[in-house]
Amino acid sequence: MVGDKSWGSRIFSFTNGLLLAIVALVTVLPFIHVFASSFATAGELAAKKFLLVPTTFTFDAYKYIFSTSTLPRALFVSIFVTVVGTVWSMLISSLTAYGLSRKDLAGRNTLMFLFVFTMLFSGGMIPTFLVVQETGLLNSYLSLIVPVSINVFNMIILRTFFQGLPDGLEESGKIDGCNDFGILLRIVIPCSMPAIATISLFYAVTYWNTYMHAILYLSDAAKWPVQVLLRQIIVLASGLNYDSAVYTDTPPPSQSVKMAVIVVATLPVLVVYPFLQKHFAKGALLGSIKS
Amino acid sequence: MSNQLATNKGSLLRSIRKNKLIYLMIFPGLLYILIYKYIPMYGLIISFQNYKPYKGIMGSEWVGFEHFTRLFNSPDFWMIFSNTLILFGLQLLIYFPIPIILAIMLNELRNEIYKKTVQTLIYLPHFMSWVIVVSISFVIFTFDGGIINGMLESLGFSKINFLLSSDWFRPMYILQIIWREAGWGTIVFLAAIAAVDPQLYEAAKMDGASRFRQMISITLPSIKSVIIVLLILKIGDVLELGFEHVYLLLNSTNRHVAEIFDTYVYVSGILQGQFSYSTAVGFFKGFVGLILVLLANWLAKRYGEEGIY
Repeated sequence: MVGDKSWGSRIFSFTNGLLLAIVALVTVLPFIHVFASSFATAGELAAKKFLLVPTTFTFDAYKYIFSTSTLPRALFVSIFVTVVGTVWSMLISSLTAYGLSRKDLAGRNTLMFLFVFTMLFSGGMIPTFLVVQETGLLNSYLSLIVPVSINVFNMIILRTFFQGLPDGLEESGKIDGCNDFGILLRIVIPCSMPAIATISLFYAVTYWNTYMHAILYLSDAAKWPVQVLLRQIIVLASGLNYDSAVYTDTPPPSQSVKMAVIVVATLPVLVVYPFLQKHFAKGALLGSIKS
Repeated sequence: MSNQLATNKGSLLRSIRKNKLIYLMIFPGLLYILIYKYIPMYGLIISFQNYKPYKGIMGSEWVGFEHFTRLFNSPDFWMIFSNTLILFGLQLLIYFPIPIILAIMLNELRNEIYKKTVQTLIYLPHFMSWVIVVSISFVIFTFDGGIINGMLESLGFSKINFLLSSDWFRPMYILQIIWREAGWGTIVFLAAIAAVDPQLYEAAKMDGASRFRQMISITLPSIKSVIIVLLILKIGDVLELGFEHVYLLLNSTNRHVAEIFDTYVYVSGILQGQFSYSTAVGFFKGFVGLILVLLANWLAKRYGEEGIY
């Protein structure tokens, strides 16, 4: 390690470390500011600016947003869509991924092409909307799940993982008298738990974050998931809106109420993030390199 | 010859029968893409019709390329087209280099725990929805009571109307992309850097190259091919500027700088009910996008690296 302890190297390390600390700080400061502000009184937020710590802590904003049924209902919708959607997407994605991972399957390349092509070209927003309408999903929670059952990218990551399992595993399953479903359920999935966990979390985050499909397919405001409600509260309260849907339940919310709604909508992702973080970088790379 | 064909057919049938459970497993997924991906592609036909919902695809009147002609002759088209190019140009010039620089800097961190902590923090915003990203910037940048304008005021500057001024749409758009994606974008570059031969650094040290010099003269050239491939693939995605992101920022004061193909399709199709016209706009965008992606992948492969598809 020649020169590693020289002054030049030390100054370099220090500057580099400091710059990255600033980058990390700038990344998380907005979160911390929003979190702190959600506990401030409306008066303090209006009167004097603070970045991190309010002088008086209050739960008023949270009491207020949970005092009507609007936000709890939206949260319930989001939780429902996230749980049901993730289970459904994992079921159908792992079945498809396992089937397409079998090297002895006739027509495998053609089937694979059919899936990959949907990543390159689509009928677009309006024809898809018409199909969702024709299949009777408009204004149903299922419209947030069924039209996005499989994320082909996630499915390919799973397939790549299944393909990497040793062939002997399947053979041993067959010798034990398992059929293909038994092999998938008892051997392949238990051996792929890191991939299953990562992709489940990817799906869960996507379902929690769903916004576009909700504004496309749900016209009934009572069915809105939390992301749509958040947008209505934040963006429309500023008097800027492009469409005519207006959130009328409450008067323009105070700054701390907006902050509290952001915290509530963010929290679930923050809670799963540590679990997600353990695997995702590997998963993301697997998908971009191997497919 | 016919015998050969018969046995081939026979073996195909046998292989299908042997794997019938496997086909059964793929069936739901296949049914899903047929209904929600391929039928909409068939539905693109309505871009050549005057589609009326009560008449259906079969009964609607044919108009040929009328909607496409209308699009190309509309002043909206040039507005959308130039907005798309400008937003993409900003992404390329301002956003694209940032993950590369961050990855090279992260690679120089010797303390693993410190490195992991920084990575954990800067990957986080990637998992936030655009609604949350835009909401956070709204409450921070808002005119009355936002922390940024509060700071400007206390420093003696005049307040800036970040959210209502169309001049600020592009800076806000690119700033939000950097905040959300720059950290996550480092992953692929970090992987490329990890593959660099450590002997190169040893040799450079022997020659007395400083750490900064090693960054510029070894790390950067070593990942040049990855950078070029990602640049090409990025150019293939020029039309993918993010419907949700732009739509959340769109309002009547900034439309002339913010409207892109996807938001235009939503507004003219879903909100104004011009199904055929908006489908034509979406078709044009999708078709050009497909050509660009295929071209980009072909170029990337030709460059000697494996493309994404």
